[in-house]
Amino acid sequence: MKISEKIIKKHGLTLSEYSEINKLMERDPNLLELGLFSAMWNEHCSYKSSKKHLKKLPTKNKKVIQGPGENAGVIDIDDDDAIIFKIESHNHPSFLEPYQGAATGVGGILRDVFTMGARPIANLNVLHFGEPSNSKTKNLLNGVVSGIGGYGNCIGIPTVGGETNFDESYNENILVNAMSIGLAKKNNIFYSKAKGINKPVVYVGSKTGRDGIHGASMASAEFDENSEEKKPTVQVGDPFTEKLLLEACLELMKKNIIISIQDMGAAGLTSSSIEMSSKGNLGIELNLDKVPCRELNMTPYEMMLSESQERMLMILESGKENEAQKIFLKWGLDFSVIGITTNTKNIVLKYKNKEVANVPLKALADKAPVYDRKWISHKLPKKIKKKVNYNGYKIKDIFKKIINHPNICSKKWIWEQYDHTVMADTFIRPGENAAVIRIHGKNKGIATSVDSSPIYCESHPLTGGKQIVCENWRNLVSVGSTPIAITNCLNFGSPEKKEIMGQFVECVQGISDACNYLDFPVVSGNVSFYNETNGRGIKPTPTIGGVGKINNVKKIMTCAFKKENSNIIKIGKTEGHVTQSIFYREVLGIKDGPPPEINLFNEKNNGLTILELIRKELVMAVHDISKGGLIAAISKMCIMGNIGAKIYLPKKLISLHNYVFGEDQSRYLIEVEEKLTNDVQKILEKNGVYSEIVGKTQNNNLELDKEFSISIEDLKREYFNWFDKYLN
Amino acid sequence: MKSTVIIFPGSNCDRDIANALQKYNFQNKMLWHNETELPKTDLVVLPGGFSYGDYLRTGSIAAKSKIITEVIKHSNKGGLVLGICNGFQILIETGLLPGILLRNKKLKFISKDVYVKVTNKNSKYFKEIKQKVLKWHIAHNEGNFFANKNIIKKLQDNDQIALKYCDASGGIKQDSNPNGSIENIAGILNEQKNILGMMPHPERAVNEDIYSNDGKFFFESLLT
Amino acid sequence: MKISVIVTLKKEVLDPQGKVIQQTLNNMGIKNVNEVRQGKYFEIEINEKDPNKAKDSAEDICKKLLTNSIVENYKIIS
Repeated sequence: MKISEKIIKKHGLTLSEYSEINKLMERDPNLLELGLFSAMWNEHCSYKSSKKHLKKLPTKNKKVIQGPGENAGVIDIDDDDAIIFKIESHNHPSFLEPYQGAATGVGGILRDVFTMGARPIANLNVLHFGEPSNSKTKNLLNGVVSGIGGYGNCIGIPTVGGETNFDESYNENILVNAMSIGLAKKNNIFYSKAKGINKPVVYVGSKTGRDGIHGASMASAEFDENSEEKKPTVQVGDPFTEKLLLEACLELMKKNIIISIQDMGAAGLTSSSIEMSSKGNLGIELNLDKVPCRELNMTPYEMMLSESQERMLMILESGKENEAQKIFLKWGLDFSVIGITTNTKNIVLKYKNKEVANVPLKALADKAPVYDRKWISHKLPKKIKKKVNYNGYKIKDIFKKIINHPNICSKKWIWEQYDHTVMADTFIRPGENAAVIRIHGKNKGIATSVDSSPIYCESHPLTGGKQIVCENWRNLVSVGSTPIAITNCLNFGSPEKKEIMGQFVECVQGISDACNYLDFPVVSGNVSFYNETNGRGIKPTPTIGGVGKINNVKKIMTCAFKKENSNIIKIGKTEGHVTQSIFYREVLGIKDGPPPEINLFNEKNNGLTILELIRKELVMAVHDISKGGLIAAISKMCIMGNIGAKIYLPKKLISLHNYVFGEDQSRYLIEVEEKLTNDVQKILEKNGVYSEIVGKTQNNNLELDKEFSISIEDLKREYFNWFDKYLN
Repeated sequence: MKSTVIIFPGSNCDRDIANALQKYNFQNKMLWHNETELPKTDLVVLPGGFSYGDYLRTGSIAAKSKIITEVIKHSNKGGLVLGICNGFQILIETGLLPGILLRNKKLKFISKDVYVKVTNKNSKYFKEIKQKVLKWHIAHNEGNFFANKNIIKKLQDNDQIALKYCDASGGIKQDSNPNGSIENIAGILNEQKNILGMMPHPERAVNEDIYSNDGKFFFESLLT
Repeated sequence: MKISVIVTLKKEVLDPQGKVIQQTLNNMGIKNVNEVRQGKYFEIEINEKDPNKAKDSAEDICKKLLTNSIVENYKIIS
């Protein structure tokens, strides 16, 4: 078959990329070989537009065992324990088939984690939907949430945290980012790099069907009016089989049999076989007659590019095939030796005794083009000079609107559909600053949180990039953990537009600056470009999933007020930054002006001070102040603790509205007992941290000076009822 | 006391219940569903989870496992059988307990803390429990217990209703019914009171620093 | 009039439930079952006397709500 221009384009390759392929192969590729290139050279696998900029991210600190480049990142949490984690997008499939798209997103990220030898112990997710009034939003919300629950609940991994936002820029392109965290023994971590020749290559898990052929190329293509026709690329998840695969893999991993292992994710058998062998600088030969197929007459092209779920590829020690097979048969899973490692440095595919493909691995894995895409810098938006008139906007009304806003209110409706207590080690549940999971049988634990700030990122990508890292760091600090490292999922529009490429470059720069300063490196992640429909991109939405370490779960901190008559102290200065706040955008409808500034020195100093106070057991509650400002943060502490608060106003008040709704960064609220207040203030002074007593806890009502008083019951109604109202 | 936890493909609370049993000094063994013999045991536990993915009907396929015939024999001899969540669903599919567990009233999976009240203290399971209410977690999609009037009457007459959903002070009200269960039923016993099926998970509440430690009362009562 | 509809997963789409049911039947000793595909059955009462019109609206219902054409097929059986 002659490769026409049309076929090349259908494979998501440009003509110049095709001529590069020609050169590398020193001949024309056949269709199957072209398929391999298309899978390996697309944006999803090759990072061709992002590679240059991702290099800026710090990826190491004392605790990092494995940074980016493997199935997931690995960090050291002392003793012989390691935490393995990653976040990944499943945006396009979830828009087409929300239940299955979201479910298989969870399945994929779980495999990334347990393929490295970890038992998953927590899942999280970040969801961005279109505006609530959009006709598709309800179905997508219902479908995605059921899909995530359907998969995670079935496998028995607690879903402990997440973030959900609604914004019109996601009307036709929702975001579903799933994160998974696993626990492994430091000396028993499995990598994807193959070693040794003539080793058996083994296929395990589900059979291969014609699912999602070219899903990875789809994930890197814009949506258009015809995407309805691209439908067959969505796969159906089978969480039951995944559970069996998880148990079987972990059982096999206890034996010294596996040399390397990788899950068959995007681009299935192609990317797993090529990545494993090329990392080991070997060759690989597969006999496609041995691939377990679900349907008759599948072609080599279909087998290599299928994205059927719940499959793994392993390279085993020679002669151990039977021992391994026994385990997989016990769990009722397919097990087939489909090839061997060779020294040819090529991938050779055989089918019905014929060689059907033969390509140098280097060409596929390392020679993908790297683009230095054009980008433009985004200037900091000018401040609004004209005084904004707040006449007619009563504090109480704005406040109610904010805590009832879908992006601020409780997401209980969502997380009650996720089993968040299975495994019996969830010490802080969803709805807090961060979730805490105990390491089973020990006193230590981990804290985890996911965050994104598309509004700040759109307004000024550099600041936005810094801000999400800081917000994540703050959340981990608030529960009393030492932040260790992050994973990120970078969701953007088309990198071929210099405007959007600029958003990407500067968000990454911001992330990098904050990570460097806070010693909070990136250990894994994923880039999702082309989140566009009909040429309209989403807001730039990098998401950050952070992990911190807790030395003693008995000393964890929550944001709930604990008792009456304690002092509420605010850490960090309130300048009253209101542009890009919920108040300005959602209440006043003002969308100009810069996002709040990030001062990394204050961020770190304030955070480390909070940790000191928690460790010295001087505080009873901690909450960071983020979207919605001071009053939103205090109200959450009241709601969670069923305790009221009386808030005083400072004598020199900037502006009442700006004081209570401003979103200045690096701020926290702490609850301190009267008799310990002196001790706390001494530490704050010693560390040079700005602080002020803003109020006292009390029975039942939240009172803001003389402005308003609202009962906890009423607060709860505002905070908890949005989803029920919306969906009923 | 000797206990045996059966693992079905798709069980996912098997380790949690084993941990809890060990914590309260049960001598526990794990058993794969394909086995044809039970070890010497006082208590058999069918754990929570999604046996066979909950495909077809929840619990229906696990109820056809080889080991189930042995579990039935064990119960006929008066041995204790405890089914939690999916285990309860399996017990119903095997016919060891009456009624049916429908999808939750709101057709959504529910994971939350609930209060339950022990309504029968005569069984081996609850006889030592002094607490008025217990705070336990539920996590299920099909926990909406239903049975016809005759069966309900029989359950009442024979004192087989073991647990009811209630509020924090023990009031049994519609508001405190999380899933639409008839009569707020959260758990039932067989006529002989040696088989217990219940939706809540006491094994998730066995640590003093977690949200509730009320699982302790159940395991301690069972042990004595 | 009453219209009956069967919705099934497309032939090329994995049916995890059907697969498990088939395996269970085999394990129970019913060995002659090669494949099981599970579907949904709907009975829809349509306020329409003309069978063609009723069928048209059933088609519409299937396309708009009962199925997701990415993974499912439907068949109007009566």
